[in-house]
Amino acid sequence: MAQETVVLARRRDEGIPRRLYWWQRKHAQEIITKIVVMLILLTGVVIIMIPFYWMIAVSLMNDVEIYASPPVWIPEKLMFDNYVKAVTTIPFFRLFRNTIFLALGRVVGTVLSASLVAFGFARLRAKDRDILFLLVLATLMLPGSVTLIPQFLLFYKLGWYPGMRPLIIPAYFGGGAYNIFLLRQFFMTIPLDYDDAARIDGCGYFQLWWRIMLPLSAPALATVAIFNIMWSWNDFMGPLIYLKSMQHSTLALGIYLFMGVYNPMWNQLMAMSVLITMPLLITFFFAQRMFIQGVVITGIKG
Amino acid sequence: MATVARAKRKNSMARKEAIAFHLFISPWLIGFVVFTLGPMVASLLLSFTKYNVSQPPQWVGLGNWVRAFTKDYLFYHSFKVTFIYAFTAVPLQLVAGLIVALLLNSKIPAISFWRTLYYIPSVLSGVAVAVLWRLAFHPTNGIINTMLRIVGIQGPAWIYDPKWALQALIVMSLWGIGGGMIIYLSGLQGIPTALYEAATIDGAGRWRRFWNITLPMITPILFFNLVMGVIHAMETFTTAFVMTEGGPQNATLFIGLRIYFSAFRDLLMGYASTLAWSLFIVIMLLTLLIIRSSSFWVYYEGMRK
Repeated sequence: MAQETVVLARRRDEGIPRRLYWWQRKHAQEIITKIVVMLILLTGVVIIMIPFYWMIAVSLMNDVEIYASPPVWIPEKLMFDNYVKAVTTIPFFRLFRNTIFLALGRVVGTVLSASLVAFGFARLRAKDRDILFLLVLATLMLPGSVTLIPQFLLFYKLGWYPGMRPLIIPAYFGGGAYNIFLLRQFFMTIPLDYDDAARIDGCGYFQLWWRIMLPLSAPALATVAIFNIMWSWNDFMGPLIYLKSMQHSTLALGIYLFMGVYNPMWNQLMAMSVLITMPLLITFFFAQRMFIQGVVITGIKG
Repeated sequence: MATVARAKRKNSMARKEAIAFHLFISPWLIGFVVFTLGPMVASLLLSFTKYNVSQPPQWVGLGNWVRAFTKDYLFYHSFKVTFIYAFTAVPLQLVAGLIVALLLNSKIPAISFWRTLYYIPSVLSGVAVAVLWRLAFHPTNGIINTMLRIVGIQGPAWIYDPKWALQALIVMSLWGIGGGMIIYLSGLQGIPTALYEAATIDGAGRWRRFWNITLPMITPILFFNLVMGVIHAMETFTTAFVMTEGGPQNATLFIGLRIYFSAFRDLLMGYASTLAWSLFIVIMLLTLLIIRSSSFWVYYEGMRK
């Protein structure tokens, strides 16, 4: 290793100095590299964005343009009528309300119970704590399908099928391994001094959690909340199994039912897709820092 | 005397803390028993029965398992489809995500802007997007074949062609590399610059630095993404269900779809449990295999060999 270094260094010393062309200079080369990198990245972005553009373009085309060959890239007249048709064919606003209701119901349970559990794992000592925490992490890897059928049978026997309870109530029991993990990681960054001060002032553990930890971890709680709203919004399998009619379904299930039952034109279907993805996109743009923080803290992508 | 009393008090405080710990984690503990452990045991038991919900379960011993392994052609087929997908899509995602992260890490301006753009598809991984891709893969009017035609390639029928349907899903999965990219990027930014400086002084070129510093330093992240990616891919459901419903000619009949169809369309709860447990065992074995292999290729800083 050392020898190699010496050889390389000597070779460089012996190099005959000569005039460099402008593109061979270090500064210029850095700029050229940057431009090339940006061009590659730009190509990637264009490829990623074309489906989005196409979704919006098709949603505004008339019934002839969608079947045109070669395809039309820009609709001649913007047909906002497609949106009206999509929204009136299925009870869109009802589904929207159902989706919000489901997401909020889940998020409240997730934030409360996951933070409670995470507080226990982050701050309280017990002999079996580390083993139990490993168990939490193990469930992160557990395939959902292995518990799917008995869970369904359980809720069926309880008389909760069809309905939203099977989708909401489990969130109040631990709130999922991912969220526990994320909040525990965050709680562990809060200095113990806060705990000591609170204890001296006579706070119990519960008050410590409620009065000190939760207010201090507002950004982490917001991250958990936003991730879970996103998951709930996108969740398809849950509603597919537990919600049966169009009236009671969510948007994610609704577009699937819309596609299957009404066999709609492409433009209406895409209008529906736009309507479903837009709220998420808007949320993302306002809260992107939280999304990215959540991924970075835990190392798990959305 | 005083020390004994103090020790006793310390002891009772520790006990109080332990009790509080168990109270705090009790929601999870109850949830774990009721919604995870219990159902796991139940589905193992169900896998030895015949059960159609309306009549009580009927014990059939190893019947379901024998049927799955010896008589059910689709059992192997659905595992094959799932394997092909997992072992093509996941490595491609890993490599593509890493490449984008490396490009982003090369001190270009407006890094967070690019990062956001690449992450967007990961936010929208839902049915609406599956619907969008279903149309994007349309043989004549779809955007994919339209773009291929621009560069002079006659595209296949994608999700309508048994030979290409699975490939279509793999292509689509590459759309969501942004999530992994963010993890790599934070890992790359965590590599001490001193390492690169030392290597540069030693005369290491760009490629050498990547191969001997960057890559080893992010192998833990690669490893983690590989494990989670494989588990996730083995459970593929929504995209395949919405885009192809397992077709054409079962070309995209993932094991996840198979379990769903057996349980909720054919009401074969017992047999579906057998399938689910088979998947669980396969995933466990795969995960163990990857973990065992990690000692050969994952570098942990601070670990002595």
